[in-house]
Amino acid sequence: MTPREEIFDRVRKALGRKPGEKPAPVPEPRIRIPEIPPERRVALFAGRLEALGGKVYRAAGLAQVREIAAGILEGAAAVCSTDPLLEKAGIPGLTGVAGGFQDEPSLRAACALAPFGITGADYGLAETGTIVTRSASEARLISLLPPAHIAVLPLSRLLTGLDEFYTVLPKPADASSSTVFITGPSRSADIEMILVRGVHGPRVIHVIVVDEEHATNR
Amino acid sequence: MLMKPEQEEQIRRTVDNPKIQLAVYSATARLKEKREEAVASEALPEYQELRTQANRIKKHTLENLDVYLEEFEANVEAHGGKVIYARNGAEVADFILGLARERGVRMLVKSKSMTTEEIHLNQRLEHHHLEAVETDLGEYIIQLAHDRPYHIVAPAVHMTRQDVADVFEKNLADPRTEEPEKQAMIARRNLREKFLAAGIGISGANFLVADSGAVCIVENEGNARLTTTAPPIHIAVAGLEKMIPRARDLAVFLKLLGRSGTGQLLTVYTSFLSGPRRGREADGPGEFYVVLMDNGRTRLLADAEKRQSLYCIRCGACLNACPVYRKIGGHNYPGAYSGPIGAIITPQYEGIAKDPWLPFASSLCGACAEVCPVKIDIPKILLDLRKEVVEDRAVHGGGFVERKAFQMYGWLMRRPKLYAMAGRIAAKMARLPGAASIGPAAKWGSVREVTLPARKSFRDQWREREKSK
Ligand code: SF4
Repeated sequence: MTPREEIFDRVRKALGRKPGEKPAPVPEPRIRIPEIPPERRVALFAGRLEALGGKVYRAAGLAQVREIAAGILEGAAAVCSTDPLLEKAGIPGLTGVAGGFQDEPSLRAACALAPFGITGADYGLAETGTIVTRSASEARLISLLPPAHIAVLPLSRLLTGLDEFYTVLPKPADASSSTVFITGPSRSADIEMILVRGVHGPRVIHVIVVDEEHATNR
Repeated sequence: MLMKPEQEEQIRRTVDNPKIQLAVYSATARLKEKREEAVASEALPEYQELRTQANRIKKHTLENLDVYLEEFEANVEAHGGKVIYARNGAEVADFILGLARERGVRMLVKSKSMTTEEIHLNQRLEHHHLEAVETDLGEYIIQLAHDRPYHIVAPAVHMTRQDVADVFEKNLADPRTEEPEKQAMIARRNLREKFLAAGIGISGANFLVADSGAVCIVENEGNARLTTTAPPIHIAVAGLEKMIPRARDLAVFLKLLGRSGTGQLLTVYTSFLSGPRRGREADGPGEFYVVLMDNGRTRLLADAEKRQSLYCIRCGACLNACPVYRKIGGHNYPGAYSGPIGAIITPQYEGIAKDPWLPFASSLCGACAEVCPVKIDIPKILLDLRKEVVEDRAVHGGGFVERKAFQMYGWLMRRPKLYAMAGRIAAKMARLPGAASIGPAAKWGSVREVTLPARKSFRDQWREREKSK
């Protein structure tokens, strides 16, 4: 017997089940979406993320996104993802910002050196101060290797929390090999329970929430 | 005797060591407090409902595990990955060694995984000259120190910053520092090189998600993200029992896991990964494998009552709540898992005869069951296991077993001076007038509240309670 056959055999024997036997009905998932109006969501999101040491900005439109990003960067070098929203906002045109990496080695080399990584956020989760990035739309390393991360989140993508996320996207792996929830800067308390930021991931995270009506009107 | 004299001696040394007593006592107190705040009814009114649902889902999944294994496997393959089945630790290592040989890999990075700890994977790989580098800060320190994890979620909880400074000085080229912040940056620099050079990344999995063929990994540092992103090959190693039916069930489990472990609403990073990097994606591994390991789990599955031991999501809450763990620490439990969960799964994975005293390492106070987010009835299982030990001994001629089957707690209580002294010293040291404002502790206090051990130890309080009865 192969290990696979033997393990299936052991499992079925232990449970008294036969191959092909139908499973018992699965319990209903427990999904409860709270009602939080959009404006309240931004405040909740900002409060949560700031409590973790993140920074949240509010932009009325894409021009303001560019201004805020420029203010954060102050001319420092950055790697920018290929998210169309960032391009529309003119982020790749800012001094020091490199984008449009097509091949992995050059992307990796750029991310390993740049002090900032700039990405879009596919979703935000207000209840936890979380942003969601998916590899289908964002290179994974841009939000991971540089010591600071700037993410641009459209207001309409700011969901209430986990329950709403799994309602909108019940099978996150269907369209993307990686879906990552990012909740604040990288941290560790492994030495004497003392909080240290930026152990492996970014030590700083900035999220710019942009009002989409203005964003799409441009 | 249920316990060997060396084991007794080792426990005595831990109880007698004020440094370790203070470190473990204050860390677990802090985690306990954080958890309590996070699940308090004002903070999370739905807490009990979530626990009930988590328990229900785990129960259902294990009762129908063969179906979910098949579904999981089909979905991993649909996303271009591969599932490998391993009956034991040797088969896990064989697969990794074989793949490393084929791909010419000599160094791999690892993110924290209790499952690989359980099977001593690093030793197995190193035996074949494959370098395996732990990347979680705590695990990295432990690996350099040739030590083993002390706590499921806080592996280096027994070490001080001075210990870390010693370990780094001995193993790394960086100048000595006793500041945790700087120590963390030393680890970041040294490990960054490893991440970018490694040929394989090995992770564990907090959850295996059947309807998505995905592994879900939670962490705070970003080392698991790096491990699963930077190297060209990602291998996730997980016990069969980590299965859940649907991605949507994570809405329940993720809410419980972070809060129960460290009081976080969510850990900093939650990765949901399925298959290698796809067509248009810019980066990520080119190969994706999930190794599903049995190693004793199917044996547990057969017992409808004890099966619930497999519900565990490794949050660590039961360790922090356990008066015995907090006293005897993590290293006195044999195997990778310590505390109440270790006391029930280690004897079941490895057979009851190996460490018959283990199910007795509990005061049966019930604190573990009370905090367990998936509602495992740990005290009940401990009692069942005790019964098995006693019966086993009776069969094998141990006629005076009843008399000898003492409780670990009782063992400690019979050394009242020793026990009381260790606890009081720890409490006093932390309360010395300047302790929170001078030297390194000042930094500690400036970042967060210094946690003080209770003025009166559990034991002292207990004695008073007993007296006043
Ligand atoms: S037994 Fe329960 S409390 Fe203990 S680690 Fe497992 S899930 Fe957490």
